[in-house]
Amino acid sequence: MAEMVLRKSPSFYDVYERKPGAIKYQTHYCPGCGHGILHKLIAEAMDELGIRDRTILISPVGCSVFAYYYFRCGNVQVAHGRAPAVATGIKRALPHSIVISYQGDGDLAAIGGNEILHAANRGERITVFFVNNAIYGMTGGQMAPTTLVGQKTTTTPFGRRAEMEGPPLRVAELLASLESPVYIERVALTTPKNIARARKAVRKALSVQMQDLGFSLVEVLSACPSGWKMTPVDSIRWIDEVMTRYFPLGVFRDRTAEAKPMPLPKISYDLDSLLEKLEIPSGEAEGVIASPVPHPRYANPRIKIAGFGGQGILLLGQALAEAGMTAGYRVSWLPSYGPEMRGGTANCHVILSDSRIGSPLVSRPSVLIAMNRPSLDRFEPEVESGGLILYDSSLIDRPVTRRDVEVLAIPATSMADELGNTRAANMVILGSYVAYTGVVEREHLTHILPKVIKRKQLIDLNERAIARGYEYALMHRTAAST
Amino acid sequence: MAKQLIKGNEAVVKGAILAGCRAFFGYPITPASEIAEAAAYYFPQVGGVFLQAESEIASIYMLYGAASAGIRAMTASSSPGISLKMEGISYLAGAELPCVIVDIVRGGPGLGNIAPSQGDYHQIVKGGGHGEYKLITLAPNCAQEMCDLTMLAFELADKYRNPAVVMADGFIGQMMEPVEFPQPVSSFPDKPWALRGEDADQFRLITSIDLEPEGLERHVLHLQEKYAQAEREEVRFEEYQTEDAEVILVGYGIVSRLLHSTVDEARAKGLRVGLLRPITLWPFPSRRITELATRVSAFMVVELSNGQMVEDVRLAVAGKVPVWFYGRMGGVVPSVEEILRVLRQQIEV
Ligand SMILES: Cc1ncc(C[n+]2csc(CCOP(=O)(O)OP(=O)(O)O)c2C)c(N)n1
Ligand code: SF4
Repeated sequence: MAEMVLRKSPSFYDVYERKPGAIKYQTHYCPGCGHGILHKLIAEAMDELGIRDRTILISPVGCSVFAYYYFRCGNVQVAHGRAPAVATGIKRALPHSIVISYQGDGDLAAIGGNEILHAANRGERITVFFVNNAIYGMTGGQMAPTTLVGQKTTTTPFGRRAEMEGPPLRVAELLASLESPVYIERVALTTPKNIARARKAVRKALSVQMQDLGFSLVEVLSACPSGWKMTPVDSIRWIDEVMTRYFPLGVFRDRTAEAKPMPLPKISYDLDSLLEKLEIPSGEAEGVIASPVPHPRYANPRIKIAGFGGQGILLLGQALAEAGMTAGYRVSWLPSYGPEMRGGTANCHVILSDSRIGSPLVSRPSVLIAMNRPSLDRFEPEVESGGLILYDSSLIDRPVTRRDVEVLAIPATSMADELGNTRAANMVILGSYVAYTGVVEREHLTHILPKVIKRKQLIDLNERAIARGYEYALMHRTAAST
Repeated sequence: MAKQLIKGNEAVVKGAILAGCRAFFGYPITPASEIAEAAAYYFPQVGGVFLQAESEIASIYMLYGAASAGIRAMTASSSPGISLKMEGISYLAGAELPCVIVDIVRGGPGLGNIAPSQGDYHQIVKGGGHGEYKLITLAPNCAQEMCDLTMLAFELADKYRNPAVVMADGFIGQMMEPVEFPQPVSSFPDKPWALRGEDADQFRLITSIDLEPEGLERHVLHLQEKYAQAEREEVRFEEYQTEDAEVILVGYGIVSRLLHSTVDEARAKGLRVGLLRPITLWPFPSRRITELATRVSAFMVVELSNGQMVEDVRLAVAGKVPVWFYGRMGGVVPSVEEILRVLRQQIEV
């Protein structure tokens, strides 16, 4: 026993303290199991490459769930099949670390098929050691995606049938069909010669990661004497004589010569100009420009704005909310969202209020701005009695029928056309609404325009549209609103 | 500081970055996609990681990886995606990994719809994943709180080494309101347990497995101790007009805003009504509800669900006074008038 401890790789713990029970020097694997051999090859490679102190090894679900008993490095135990996703998260957080995803064939090729495919395709800078033992060892010998046709397992008691269970998955070949992987090889833990090849492959796969070249994977044909119900010696022979016929050994991808290092960026906590990068307004709150005093019947409006997608409905609402905020109101803006938008209609709900806003949803608007006929048809009945309807009379070919509401018809689209851009109709209406009700001041609109109109060259046009709407509404203002 | 008119979903992302979060793993789903989109825009610019995963399953495990490395990290999704994350959430709680998960709840079950809902209360607050774990669950009701409670979620997650959830709905996520952002957090708690890619990692292990029943029981008892501490220290709620109230309305998230207006309208009609809004859904303000039950004549719980939180209210009230329930489902949001009508009917019965 003492002798064994002395020969042990320094990348293994001296004593397996995490292992329960009295036996702290031996692994938990069955005699003749390939996992133990592969562990040794990995540990030796970690020693030789000098990476033990920055290696993080992921123990999967399967017989190697307790790999963390043995490897003297950072250890993470994860859920069935998810090791490549966890490896991705670790590597992105700690680019200098060497991340090893150690997985069985059930883990990698069945339940974790999606995770390995996408980690490989992203070219994650991780190394995967994939133990193909053609069976589920841990759970007692059920079929794996790599179980050979005709092979008997506890869930294929009559042998696997290609036409019912599908033929075995060749993972190395499958992943080698992707663009990103840098190095993929299949080896077998059988003869000394094959083990020597495996040793080289393990080292090479890790060195790919050390150089930041990209994704590397070694598929390891590995004995499971217990699952196969064979002696260790017969198991080795079965791999060489039977398994390798379906799973040929060899290199399926090697771009180590041409691949360029692609180191990941380091995480930064630099607070310099963080607020700028987040586009958060710094400095003191802006002084409120002369607070508006609208006629009481227009105070605290609950506004619904509706029209075609593309008419700038949401923007009109946003401009109102921004202006309201600048004028010292509490404000909320709620859009229609999701598939509703795809039908070509858009609407939003805007509330400006002197007091705390309850529901942001406007079910009984005090103001309706309708920019097309379907919107007027749909929302006219919802407007509360004594409310206000503004509509684009160049697009809507009928008058408002309600007699208990105030109405302002604005040929907004025609006016926008005259200004040279149909799409400014929303700003014409905005100008009209503000002039008509005095809910905010003209200056508030001027002030917020650069915030909502991202393209600077359009600000002037929008300003002129607002001015046109403004004049129009002042001319048409009824007695009630003065 | 100046205020910014911003969507709740975007406020989450800015709040997260201000809280020192530097990794986001997402997958698109309405009505939470703006969170991933804003994260894709801002995280790389501030030296953080954004990754669109191949699924919600992958994204929760990427989060597991990043949290193992001790950095503040998050994911966001909506109900069906959260269902997929549940296995990972259980692992995160079992392995004591702090992280933040945002759920912008939508109508269910199944594909349901994208309208606002609170039907995820059971899956978030009561479990949903396997085993004896709890999630610190915060329920914002405005864009400002989408920022503030996301920041708090990171703090509590680290304090308790446990996942924390920000649970909102499509309205809170999609609506724009003024938000005043705080200064960035600049000091973080030590995480001596976290993997760093350094030699001392050999003494660290991130895991949730323990084959020995006594060992696992010890671990689960340790989790329960943390949960008991959170129940003592982290309960947060807001009250409105409860001092002289005869009936107390209980609701969280978007519903609490409707109930706030309901209280005003009811009081204008001479009804002595108040509001209790749980801000932490777990730990739940049970103690406060028990106290109130000794001096009010009834509670009325309103939810956008079939009645999930009402179970916790009933447990706290313990039969002392009636607990009425009104719920709308499928994404229907009741109006204030509707709630007031139901309230008056209940009072008159
Ligand atoms: C989600 C989930 N499903 C099923 C299991 C049960 N389980 C444990 S190990 C295992 C199979 C492992 O087989 P493999 O990956 O081939 O590894 P081996 O044991 O052969 O090394 C299964 C299905 C689990 N732990 N988690
Ligand atoms: S069951 Fe098979 S894979 Fe598992 S330890 Fe035994 S031999 Fe190895």
